[in-house]
Amino acid sequence: MKERVILHADMNNFYASVECLHRPEIRNNPVVVGGDEKLRHGIVLAKNYAAKATGIRTGEALWQARGKCPGLIVVPPNYPLYLRYAKFARQIYADFTHQIEPFGLDEAWLDVSGSDGVLAADRIRERIKGELGVTVSLGVSYNKIFAKLGSDLKKPDATTLISRENYQSVAWPLPVEELLYVGSATKKKLYMYDITTIGELAATPPSFLRRIFGKVGDLLSTFANGLDQTPVMCLDEETPIKSIGNSTTTPRDLLCDEDVKIILFVLCESVCARMREHGFFCRTVTITIRDNALFCFERQTKLKTPSHISGEIADAAMQLFHQNYSWPKPIRSIGVRCSDLISAAGPLQLSIFDSETRAKQEMLDKTIDLLRKRFGHFCIQRASVSADRPLGGINPKGDHIIHPLNFFKEGMLK
Amino acid sequence: MREEKYQNHNKVYVKVEALFHPDGRLTPVALWWENGCRYTIDRVVDICRAASLKAGGIGMRYTCTVQGRQIYLFYEEDRWFMERLEA
Repeated sequence: MKERVILHADMNNFYASVECLHRPEIRNNPVVVGGDEKLRHGIVLAKNYAAKATGIRTGEALWQARGKCPGLIVVPPNYPLYLRYAKFARQIYADFTHQIEPFGLDEAWLDVSGSDGVLAADRIRERIKGELGVTVSLGVSYNKIFAKLGSDLKKPDATTLISRENYQSVAWPLPVEELLYVGSATKKKLYMYDITTIGELAATPPSFLRRIFGKVGDLLSTFANGLDQTPVMCLDEETPIKSIGNSTTTPRDLLCDEDVKIILFVLCESVCARMREHGFFCRTVTITIRDNALFCFERQTKLKTPSHISGEIADAAMQLFHQNYSWPKPIRSIGVRCSDLISAAGPLQLSIFDSETRAKQEMLDKTIDLLRKRFGHFCIQRASVSADRPLGGINPKGDHIIHPLNFFKEGMLK
Repeated sequence: MREEKYQNHNKVYVKVEALFHPDGRLTPVALWWENGCRYTIDRVVDICRAASLKAGGIGMRYTCTVQGRQIYLFYEEDRWFMERLEA
């Protein structure tokens, strides 16, 4: 089989670069893009190089960032603008290949097999710089994992080749946490066994890794040895949806069941609307609770009947909450996720007692979806949600934002 | 969510008269500078997508000749802009 040529493109400091291009007046200062502090989303989402030089990290609180850099300029995120950029970048990639697999807004894998990878990467860099005014780093390799590793190595505006000839000298000396899928928990475990570099991971027998990590152990060994064969998906192929979820950090801490009920209803309405949009029922509902000391846990339950009815999912979520939380601390954020999805078009075991009520509820939900599509999200609200306007006034479906992966890598998951 | 549009001194939004051709092409014919003067575009030399670092924006960049001088006219989303010369 012919050797694959895979590129991984990573737009440098994406949000911050776009802001700096569009606001020449702030360009030469330390700039971060930060969430809304009033809504308690006040963290660094992205930073430019001047801000990075002061030690500011993605994911840290804005007050911490300001402490490190007194003259720091904080700008709010402008997501529609970033989406426009992501679309343009994909149009440029599409001139090179139809096999484009986006990874967040600012990253993508491209399969350019049959052409000179480095040459293609350099041309992509040139075009992105000229046409979009931002820079991109590209990794070129024979598999997706090393391509991604390569794009992280040289920044900004650089191409890095990790080939079969040089991977042992380029990739293997790197710290093991640079590898995709090695998060903080995996890193900690690997360090415990004195596996600190990608090379050391590659040299560890897969059977040993399997004993520690289970199935993931094999995956890690494959990744470290450059043996990953996963194809780059085509842009028009959709990843099968396995779960649909929403979470939110609330505008204020939640103090009682009533507060939680409002937020759970808002989240469940959003999750169910998305399930209905995609034509799914779910069989499992999971809630995530994070208290104000940032302690976090998840609990899940199976539904008796698969459903996408907002009221039913919200009741299940509320019941789960009652069973698992006795208010040791106020709550800072809540999430709801529906998984175990099945097609809503398929056959379904109905209950003879409540099928009429359920059909009515479903019709009501669909009518609400339609109204919201036509007249906006807030045209119709549950009375319980209206009890506390600031709390109930969030629109998770409309505000659903996928952050670049760096955001998670550097910040939230540590 | 709506896109926030940024204003700055070096980004001059201008009024433009343009032709929409049946084949989908778009050619600017004349522009009004901020002092109200109308300038006829003599020729469009090049059209490509480009970023303007001076004005802070991206769009289709029309390289045009106006009174023997070459200018850049950017079509960004739904507005036309030019870079202020002294920028």
